[in-house]
Amino acid sequence: MVGFILRRIGVSVLILVAASFVMFNLVALSTDPLEDLRTSILPNKEQLIQARIQIGNLDVPPPLRWFIWIGGAAKCLVPFAGQCSLGQTFQGAQVTDLLPTAMLSTVQMVTAALILAILFGIATGILSAIRENSGFDITFTVISLFLYSLPSFLAATMLKSFVAIGYNNFLASPEVPIWLSIVIGLVLALIIQAVVGGEMRRRIITTASAFVVSAGLLIYMSATDWFAQPAIGPVGIIVLSLGIAAAVAAILAGIYNRRGLITAGIVAVIGIASYFAVQPLLDVSTVGTIAILAIAALVVGALVGFLVGGDDRGQNIRIGILVAFFIGFLIIIDRLMQSFPGYMFDMNGRPIATVGSSTPGYDPGNMWRSALDTFFHLLLPTVSLLTISFAGYTRYARAGMIEVLGQDYVRTARAKGMPERVVVVRHAFRNVLIPITTLVATDLGALLGGAIITEYIFGIPGMGALFQNSLGRGDVYPVMGYFLVIAFMAILFNFLADLSYAALDPRVRVR
Amino acid sequence: MSTSLPSSVDTVDHRSVSQGRLILRRFLGNPAGVVSLIVLLAIVVFATTAIGIGPIHGWWKWNYTDPDPNIAVDGAPTLQLWPFSLGDHPFGQDRIGRDYFAMVMRGIQNSFVVMILITGIAVVLGVIVGAIAGYYRGWVDAVLMRITDVFIVIPAIVLAAVVGNYAGAVGVWILGVMLGAVSWMVIARLVRGEFLSLREREFVEAARVAGASDARIIFRHILPNATGVIIVSASLLAAAAILLESAISLLGYGIRSPDVSLGLLIGANQSAFAVRPWLFWWPAFFIVALALSANIFGDALREAFDPRSRRFSRRRTKEAPVQDVPAEVEAEVELR
Repeated sequence: MVGFILRRIGVSVLILVAASFVMFNLVALSTDPLEDLRTSILPNKEQLIQARIQIGNLDVPPPLRWFIWIGGAAKCLVPFAGQCSLGQTFQGAQVTDLLPTAMLSTVQMVTAALILAILFGIATGILSAIRENSGFDITFTVISLFLYSLPSFLAATMLKSFVAIGYNNFLASPEVPIWLSIVIGLVLALIIQAVVGGEMRRRIITTASAFVVSAGLLIYMSATDWFAQPAIGPVGIIVLSLGIAAAVAAILAGIYNRRGLITAGIVAVIGIASYFAVQPLLDVSTVGTIAILAIAALVVGALVGFLVGGDDRGQNIRIGILVAFFIGFLIIIDRLMQSFPGYMFDMNGRPIATVGSSTPGYDPGNMWRSALDTFFHLLLPTVSLLTISFAGYTRYARAGMIEVLGQDYVRTARAKGMPERVVVVRHAFRNVLIPITTLVATDLGALLGGAIITEYIFGIPGMGALFQNSLGRGDVYPVMGYFLVIAFMAILFNFLADLSYAALDPRVRVR
Repeated sequence: MSTSLPSSVDTVDHRSVSQGRLILRRFLGNPAGVVSLIVLLAIVVFATTAIGIGPIHGWWKWNYTDPDPNIAVDGAPTLQLWPFSLGDHPFGQDRIGRDYFAMVMRGIQNSFVVMILITGIAVVLGVIVGAIAGYYRGWVDAVLMRITDVFIVIPAIVLAAVVGNYAGAVGVWILGVMLGAVSWMVIARLVRGEFLSLREREFVEAARVAGASDARIIFRHILPNATGVIIVSASLLAAAAILLESAISLLGYGIRSPDVSLGLLIGANQSAFAVRPWLFWWPAFFIVALALSANIFGDALREAFDPRSRRFSRRRTKEAPVQDVPAEVEAEVELR
């Protein structure tokens, strides 16, 4: 194992060096770094050209210039020497100073999109596979194929034009007409019944009740001006918490498992109580306190599961943690919603932004408003990234689940009388997760390198934008800095994918 | 011999069918695949005949470079669905009066040329590299696969943007060739995997005993057995190639003005969305139509070649060495 890892690291370093040589020469030969200055009419044109040649070592031919660059980059491997240099941009900024800020922007943009794409994509894919060839399956297969063929720049431009401008206009007088509420309610009801499934009678009951609840809720929200002053409120928190507890217990343990239900119920009650208790604390909190509260919530959830115990202690602990996580998330969302009217006022009533990753010159005053500022700037890029990744994960999870459901061990599990829920959650789902882990790892490596097109359209100053701007100017060093990061990420995450595959699947042996 | 078989049995077709005929039959039995192929070809033929090839003039009266001095109101589209009439400029005109229908058709033509070139060149290079690596194994394999690794480390869009930055300014054909020259890696890996397993089969042994040369074994005995993998991955690469070309043209590294590409049209007109939405909608519609039909066609081909669908093959989890795991995953990485 150690031999395998060492060998892989050695090969990876060689590949990285060789790839950097290829990339350096391709970039240097494909661009004319002095193009803008040659046609310039500035009086000190000659001086500027000389200065740029000096900064970029442009007097050295590219293959030799690569040695200068790799020499500086090699010093980065020596920790704390402080001699690290990836060269300067034409403006004279150190590339090593640009990379961390660009990476931060990218990480901010990518994280939520990746997590949501994984969650929704896998959930949809598995539901599709369980109900193979049903209306739900066909609908989502078509949708995901369409999203898969939709270029990201199209999705992004359409989001900007419709969602951002449309929703901002809507917020000026946030009223949903009754007919629209009914249509939305109907669509939601149809989706929900397709997810729940069952026989005709059960489907009709689900559709009807889902329709009444969602259409009624929309009409109520419109009447109370909810969209301008959103809140979950105490009643909402109580209802949603109990609902979450019931759902988590039902999926993980089944509704007839009393200890599972008891765990979820206790955690939900503690969550509701703490909702009222922490409100004053949340008003003055920082990121640090939120993190502490979040950890505390998860520990309490685990503790309750542990204390309820029973035959299957691990399962109860999982239920407790999941319920605590979801309720904590609800409480945070509720607090953010409380800050929304103030933020909307600061933004002159047009909260959804289409460009950049924060409002320039905006002093939010408290943490919640600055979080909202980030949220509304990253909302559309996230949705745009989400649509594409979602399609990939859905297709992959569906194919994987169909494959696994046809395996002998699934038939064995069914034959020995396991309930369908246990077959799906315990036997099939876990085995689907193995190949998906490798997909997540490679996807993560690719995404951390930035999403060039999405960043370009939304004007996010991330890694992709650094690449795009520098390549356009013929500035080789920042492009190489960008390349170094993405290539390193790609190699690292590929390696992690292989290792996780070997660790999760005992049939795979590392050579 | 007095008993005769019931006549109904005689009418049943007993002829055995070749592998290719089976695949063709399975493909034709999939309406989505057939329709997508027809749509794809129809769009391309329509676009090509509309504005012609090179010096040959098409049936459409305008071309994509010369502006029409009389710009209609805002250059709005004159297309009318009922009663159907094309009008002078069915897709409208751009800001300086060029006919947008001719521009979009030229964009489709260019997308198609680039798609064919990328796919063709990537397949040829990928098959050569993969076949040699998989057939000879040993140090040849090691060297070729490390070279593949070097190129695969650079994301497709980054490599394409850098190459296009040079080639895009020269012309569509050079751009397609250069992009193809940097898109062969995934196919090379797949072909190598296929060759590694095929070369151990008895028929290869038999050919070698009969005195066949290496080239003959590779091209006449092994390659025909690997066509399934190659055709399927080529068709999916073609779908990705359309999106790749439009993406780099949008960023400004692909096809340049005054020539036209669908991505370039969208990039140039995305700010005009509120005022002249048709400048956005027509190229957008055709990109999605091309990419969607290419993807559906690729999926249908995959099902035709392997009814059990290779997408999630169990063989991989059982036999494949760890290093090969991401090969299929890489083919899935999207342009973001």
